[in-house]
Amino acid sequence: MIQVEHLTKKFDDVVAVNDISFVVKEGQSFGFLGPNGAGKTTTIRILTTLLPPTSGKARIAGLDVTKASDRVREKIGIIFQDPSLDERLTAYDNLYFHAALYRVPRREIRSRIDKALAMVELLTSRHKVVKTFSGGMKRRLEIARGFLHMPRVLFLDEPTIGLDPQTRKVIWEYINELKRDFGVTLFLTTHYMEEADDSDRVGIIHQGAIVSLDSPERLKRKMGGAQIVLPSKDENERKLKNLKIAFRTLNDHVYIDVADGSVRDTLNRMIGQSINLDEMIITQPTLEDVFIKLTGTAIREEAAGPMEHLRMVRRVRGKNR
Amino acid sequence: MTGFVRRFLYGSLIIWQRDMKRMLRDKHQFYGSFARPVLWLVVLGMGLRPVFKGNGGVDYIQFIFPGIVAMSLIFSAMWSGISIIWDREFGFLKEILVAPIPRTAIVSGKIMGGATQAMVQGSITLVFAPLIGVKISLVGFVSLIGIMMIISLALSSMGIALASRIYSYEGFGTISNFVIMPLFFLSGAVYPVQTLPSWLKVIVSVNPVTYGVDLMRGAVLGTFQFSIFLDLVYITGFGVVMGMLAVVLFRRY
Repeated sequence: MIQVEHLTKKFDDVVAVNDISFVVKEGQSFGFLGPNGAGKTTTIRILTTLLPPTSGKARIAGLDVTKASDRVREKIGIIFQDPSLDERLTAYDNLYFHAALYRVPRREIRSRIDKALAMVELLTSRHKVVKTFSGGMKRRLEIARGFLHMPRVLFLDEPTIGLDPQTRKVIWEYINELKRDFGVTLFLTTHYMEEADDSDRVGIIHQGAIVSLDSPERLKRKMGGAQIVLPSKDENERKLKNLKIAFRTLNDHVYIDVADGSVRDTLNRMIGQSINLDEMIITQPTLEDVFIKLTGTAIREEAAGPMEHLRMVRRVRGKNR
Repeated sequence: MTGFVRRFLYGSLIIWQRDMKRMLRDKHQFYGSFARPVLWLVVLGMGLRPVFKGNGGVDYIQFIFPGIVAMSLIFSAMWSGISIIWDREFGFLKEILVAPIPRTAIVSGKIMGGATQAMVQGSITLVFAPLIGVKISLVGFVSLIGIMMIISLALSSMGIALASRIYSYEGFGTISNFVIMPLFFLSGAVYPVQTLPSWLKVIVSVNPVTYGVDLMRGAVLGTFQFSIFLDLVYITGFGVVMGMLAVVLFRRY
């Protein structure tokens, strides 16, 4: 459904997108993961015909984005990173205008708008002016709008940026519903690991180039097995040395890499040495780890390593009480 | 080809419809369109009336009346350009740019939207004609409406052309004031231009509003400074050039 071959975009001397190639099959979701400024939005702008590429090719549903841009625009829907609603019009009017632009048959417009608004739970606010909406409501309206004309491919540029976790969750429920019920192809960019995790395939983009491209499971499997984290105490470290278990110490925590399938064995040995496991946590590799390994940098500072682990420890403890 | 024409017309219509919806929703703008002509008629008309005597027996308020109509047109047509900058600022322009309608349809829809707004403003100004003793014949009225349409379209095209290349709200405000003021004052709208120094007369003679005002004054008071033919050709030609410029400039992004 989306074919990209050796796509490059330069702005003067800056290479924003550097020779990227990938394919997204119909009905699949593709997550573009990378920090701000990696070239995600530039790629989306090229694929949605807003920006001509410097070189390379991109096709949507077999149509070239530069040569057949008008026809490509009929096939796609976009949820932009930044707001793009007419704030002075009502929710209904925004959707009506969109439906008209995309030539939704007049008889169907009303019922489709109502259905879309019901799906994002904005039906009761349909005649309110968008200016009065909260950030989450606006986002939901944009999602309803992006799908109103039944596009074959839906582009989502950081669809949940700046929203609270609860709203993010709700929005993902809508998006997944679209994919499940209508088989729409999804292309999304994000810097939230959890969101990329749900994609069928993930492309990790760093400084304009795709450094890795695979399903999230396989990407993570390449990282190896689980990790056991303990508080760093002299006693713990001494006992681990006795057991000849390799570990690293970093910021008050001890990290033990465990090969696939040997978590139980390692834990048994640790219990044998009566290591205190009260504050232990076990983590599986995340896309964040994959990203750090591939690029040498963290996507988000606050999600990098020990601090996040510490937070997890607190969360786990809170639950147990 | 016919497919393109249909898509062009349809797209223009949709873009125009949205501007109309926005206009109808904005009540302040509506009140403003009553207040502004009153203000100018009173401030200029009453203030300068004693100074300005003996212009072929025409009362000053009647003399500037077509000029005030022209001013309404200039302001609202030029400020239609601001709606493009506004849309860009609030991100809505992207929604239009990725829609499957031709770029030219966006430009023409926007020009029509600006021109319609200008026509509404100009017509509101016309309401004051009887109050200041300006009598317009039926023929005069019909031709006045036609002239106003041409001027509105021409100036609205200019506003869109400017807005296609200016990216900030403040920038457009500055530039358009820089354009609006000379267009208005150096057009014979508020005073006769025969006595101006010759270098200023040059500006007057290239200013499209000069010819528009001449046409309107002719329709209202029956006196022309230039030939009707020259007036019509100049203002229409200006509009066509600006319209094409708007399309070319807007297409680039």
